Amino acid sequence: MGRKILFVTTDQQRYDTLGCNGGQLARTPVVDALAHEGIRYERAIPQSVVCMPSRATMITGQHPSTHGVWMNGVPLPTDAPSVADTLLRAGYRTALIGKAHFEPYFDAFGRFLENTLGSVGTTPPGGTHRGFQHLEMATHGVMGNLHYARWMRENHPEMLGQFYATVDADLQVNSAGGGDTGAPQVKVNQVPRDWYHTEWVADRTIAWLDGLDTDEDWFCWMSFPDPHHPWDPPESEMGRVNWRDVDLPVGYPTSPAAREALLDAKPRHWRLWYDGTLVSNYEAPARWVPATLTPDQVREVNARNAVEVELIDEALGRVLRAIAARGWGDDVDVIFTTDHGELQGDFGLLFKGPYHVDALMRLPLIWRPAPSAVVPPAVIRRPVGLVDLAPTFCTIAGVPIPNTFEGTALPTDPNDSRDPVLTEWDSALFGVDVHLRTITHDDVVCTTYLPGTVHDGTEGELYDLADDPLQHENHFDDRSRRARRDDLIDQMRTLRPPETSPRRALIAPV
Amino acid sequence: MSGARGSVRHYLRVGAPAERIWPLIGDPTRLTEWFPGITDCRVEGSQRTITTATGLTMVEALLTNDPLAHRFQYRITSDLVHEHLSTIDVLDLGDGTSVVQYSCDADPAPLALMIAGGALDGLRTLQQLVEEE
Repeated sequence: MGRKILFVTTDQQRYDTLGCNGGQLARTPVVDALAHEGIRYERAIPQSVVCMPSRATMITGQHPSTHGVWMNGVPLPTDAPSVADTLLRAGYRTALIGKAHFEPYFDAFGRFLENTLGSVGTTPPGGTHRGFQHLEMATHGVMGNLHYARWMRENHPEMLGQFYATVDADLQVNSAGGGDTGAPQVKVNQVPRDWYHTEWVADRTIAWLDGLDTDEDWFCWMSFPDPHHPWDPPESEMGRVNWRDVDLPVGYPTSPAAREALLDAKPRHWRLWYDGTLVSNYEAPARWVPATLTPDQVREVNARNAVEVELIDEALGRVLRAIAARGWGDDVDVIFTTDHGELQGDFGLLFKGPYHVDALMRLPLIWRPAPSAVVPPAVIRRPVGLVDLAPTFCTIAGVPIPNTFEGTALPTDPNDSRDPVLTEWDSALFGVDVHLRTITHDDVVCTTYLPGTVHDGTEGELYDLADDPLQHENHFDDRSRRARRDDLIDQMRTLRPPETSPRRALIAPV
Repeated sequence: MSGARGSVRHYLRVGAPAERIWPLIGDPTRLTEWFPGITDCRVEGSQRTITTATGLTMVEALLTNDPLAHRFQYRITSDLVHEHLSTIDVLDLGDGTSVVQYSCDADPAPLALMIAGGALDGLRTLQQLVEEE
């Protein structure tokens, strides 16, 4: 009997939303305790700041340029490398419960198993899908044919209308506002907490674990759809955080002039989006103009986000108690992270897009090794990537790391040296294309831009994270930093894997 | 994004002359043979009704079926769509191969991505069917 793995992901969660990372708003005692007992990573970086490419990196252990999921709407091939498959072949039982999103949600022709399995069951045809023997899917809300949506339709149809409609009648990400402030993607939701998807994911995880024999090894990816927008947690829980008492985030400049000055010092698409002149990516509501965001809307979004984070923490606590009750407590590794961050008011913006700053790039990552492995607690300050997760799972399981994996098992020693971490953005949608290449090396993050709709390929961003944690000072064109900048760009070119060619087709918006 | 209307194009080179490819495209009832995820297809006059694997039913107006130009065009007329036009062109390259191109223009724009995305798989199936004949 070996070490079992509970891989917990959330969706679109900022680093600073956890108590152990200095967060003040949400109470997260369960994750905080895991961090205290285990390893807390202070600079975990995604290889893409949107869902599908980032999740493809987690499962394949590859950068987007290798796995080929270069933007949302590009499906990961079903025969792509999968760490779940590696573990399955090593004798592990495998499950994915919650949000997968390796395949597009917009699937009118029902071509993708993620969208069709819900009407068949929980075991994929042929026994496995991407190495998972058991899949039960959920996403934000109750649309579509995923398991959670079907469960809600069959058991609580009267509650379907309580959830925010994530897309509008024109199939665009919905910009409709709600709550007390009219903030976009906010809705008062009267669904009872027990029926909310966070609880459902925990319930289904516990049910799957209950079906296993005590001596089996298992890998369970428990994937919460929150705190990704829409921000429509059960209204019964909103008393936890009064949005009127929420401080504005330090990254939110309260004066419009200050916001605009910051945005003007960055490549053009920042300000163009803020003004509503350019929407470069599908993930942000096409009809919403960030310049209209009010301080109270930021407060309400952050309050709702905090409630969602608390519910996840409590759901995780419930799963950990179930694991302990099975007698597995000493032999389970828990890894908690997310796929990318959320702007959540920084620079006067919400949602996500081609913006490689901490709001989207600095992620919560906690690894609580199995107590039986006797790994000392640590805090790792050097950058690590989500690309390092798959090799970490292999190391935990004691199986060789496939040579298709590009990362390195996460360090447990603060003094371990690491390669810099790479992040990339590519989007090309209805006449607008944007391309970023980023390297994070210790306390410096450097982004270069490729030619695109609003960039000529000379733009860049260079931030000193130690001196400028809010990334307000762009040093890319500073003479005094040129040597450092050029060295980072050279390293990026050396480290970046060659791109998959030809580029995989974009076949859906998301 | 440049507006509500989206325009998406996919194409594949198929190892057969246009005359061998055209029967699958020019016969509107044969759509289920090559377009994955379309489970039923009924044609009455210039109207085709398709049903997808998700249970979605869409009514289409068949606009162009030109066996000389090897062009097929249709328009989805369901309420889901404000405006739509799909065009399939088979371009014979004169060397025993052809390019089959599927173009989709639609409002709302995301629909163009979805329809053309499905059609890309369809082109691959078409290529396989014709080249294995």
